[in-house]
Amino acid sequence: MSSTSFDNTFQDPRRRAPLVLGGHTLASLTDRVCEVVERPRPPRAWYIAFAISSTLVAVLVSLIAYLIGVGIGVWGVNQPVGWGFAIINFVFWVGIGHAGTLISAILFLLRHRWRTCINRSAEAMTIFAIICAGMFPAIHVGRVWFEYWLAPYPNQMFVWPNFRSPLMWDAFAVGTYFTVSLLFWYLGMIPDLATLRDRAKTRLRFWVYGILAVGWRGSNRHWHRYERGYLLLAALATPLVLSVHSVVSFDFAVSILPGWHSTIFPPYFVAGAIFSGAAMVVTLLVPARELFGLKDFITPRHLENLNKLTLTTGSMVAYAYIIELFMAWYSGSVYEKFAAANRALGPYGWLYCLMILCNLVAPQFFWFKTCRTRALIMWIISVLVNVGMWLERFVIVVVSLSRDFLPSSWGFYKPTWVDLGILAGSFGLFLTLFLLFCRYLPIVAMAEVKNDLPRENH
Amino acid sequence: MNASNHNAQPTPAPEPKTLWGLLIEFDSPEALKRAAERVRDAGFTRWDAYTPFPMHGLDRAMGVRPTILPWITLGGALIGAFGGLLMQWWMNAVDYPYLISGKPFFSLPILNGLPMLYHAVFTSRRFRRATTDGFYIAIEARDPTFDLERTREFAASLGGVAVEPLEE
Repeated sequence: MSSTSFDNTFQDPRRRAPLVLGGHTLASLTDRVCEVVERPRPPRAWYIAFAISSTLVAVLVSLIAYLIGVGIGVWGVNQPVGWGFAIINFVFWVGIGHAGTLISAILFLLRHRWRTCINRSAEAMTIFAIICAGMFPAIHVGRVWFEYWLAPYPNQMFVWPNFRSPLMWDAFAVGTYFTVSLLFWYLGMIPDLATLRDRAKTRLRFWVYGILAVGWRGSNRHWHRYERGYLLLAALATPLVLSVHSVVSFDFAVSILPGWHSTIFPPYFVAGAIFSGAAMVVTLLVPARELFGLKDFITPRHLENLNKLTLTTGSMVAYAYIIELFMAWYSGSVYEKFAAANRALGPYGWLYCLMILCNLVAPQFFWFKTCRTRALIMWIISVLVNVGMWLERFVIVVVSLSRDFLPSSWGFYKPTWVDLGILAGSFGLFLTLFLLFCRYLPIVAMAEVKNDLPRENH
Repeated sequence: MNASNHNAQPTPAPEPKTLWGLLIEFDSPEALKRAAERVRDAGFTRWDAYTPFPMHGLDRAMGVRPTILPWITLGGALIGAFGGLLMQWWMNAVDYPYLISGKPFFSLPILNGLPMLYHAVFTSRRFRRATTDGFYIAIEARDPTFDLERTREFAASLGGVAVEPLEE
């Protein structure tokens, strides 16, 4: 009942691969998923991870306080590289979110049933990634006490924001993305929160889950509206998978800087976003399923599918890298040619080579089934992809800015210890939120999985 | 399994002071569905079924009508879209016009002036060959250099097959 000895990664089209292993019934499935939340203490590894990640959050908070107190000068940014780690991290974290929305919305509309076991955790990852991302433009503006100037409100200066600026589109795109993702996540969680409410042993749990579950009774009229609402939200979230990172890419593509001014950016960014996001889901779920005993629900087949997604989008990204080089040559523009050569052979060339290894070479191992199904191998590859996608944003942001048209205005960018600390702190924030999610919220969408259990198990 | 066939015994619970209703438990989704059909056919209207996951076919078994939620969503979407457009028009074209790269102060993302189901060139029978094998030039009367007499002479001198005035 508990072991996962059965392999569900077979490709035999005559048999339907089971989504859930271990022959679970409705009750045993509920018990297993709720146990993660209800057990008196989480596993020891959870405490260790939480200690590390919350320490990093403390580092993040103190460094942001230092940044606000002293000023942007504590970062490595200056002329000509005015967009340093903050923008790199922003693009990186927004990208991470995209796989969650793809899994929860697009795979839902396409009726890919395998998404049901992993969509909750992928959506949670999306929300936490957007929180990390949203922080960076906010602290990047320098004088954070004027943050409200971004909002279109009637003011004594009689000016309005410029709606033809990609940076304004960005604020609206990310704001919309966060709102829709949060609503989608919460709506999907209401039935499971009600399950936790009904199993609550303490008054505190009863009240907290009770309020969050808004009185859900599993009435057929509830389910009817819930399913329509979920479908509509999925339809509303689907364009966001493509639009949000397209808008982020406009921040670059709309400028005239060599290496940025390129029509390939929107699809290239979207593919890269889903690539990095799928890898991040694997990075999180491989340890999480081990730690919380969820191997029956997050099965090898789920992970294999995610790895195939990583391979597909990774190959699109590889194609984009090659086309970028081709276009730089084919354009005949001396600046574009120089920008491309400078990326690979300039002072940051070693980062470009590392990026090629991580993003172009590493995911190609997923052509082999062993690599797609062995936990350790896929985890290492997914971490490499995350490193590579961060480096990609570094290469795009910094290399183009550091050497543009006029050699007399070139410069060299180096991050300071504050830059590195805030980057590490953002990972800490992300992990802390994810660990809290695993401990206090239903990590698997129980009601949805119940719908997919074989009938004889009911 | 066939829980719906034998009569369920009321649980021995103290009789409530004010009665809200009766709760009947089933041990399988199929039994619930069969029972729901019978409750529906018995003519009850204030009743509901409760399940741990959405059961397909139960709406019909219960006679639940579709929700108006999609229309509410559509209303919200339209308010959002037009509200956003109105905001941009008012802020950037009326109250504080921004001139960005010589673009119009306000523009809508519509391609090539299409759709446009009526156009002056459609009044000409001759013009129907434009989509087969005809080649045309049209000079508009609102052009600043347009002068009926002189432009008619000029048009005749261009070496075309025919010159035809078109109605607005």
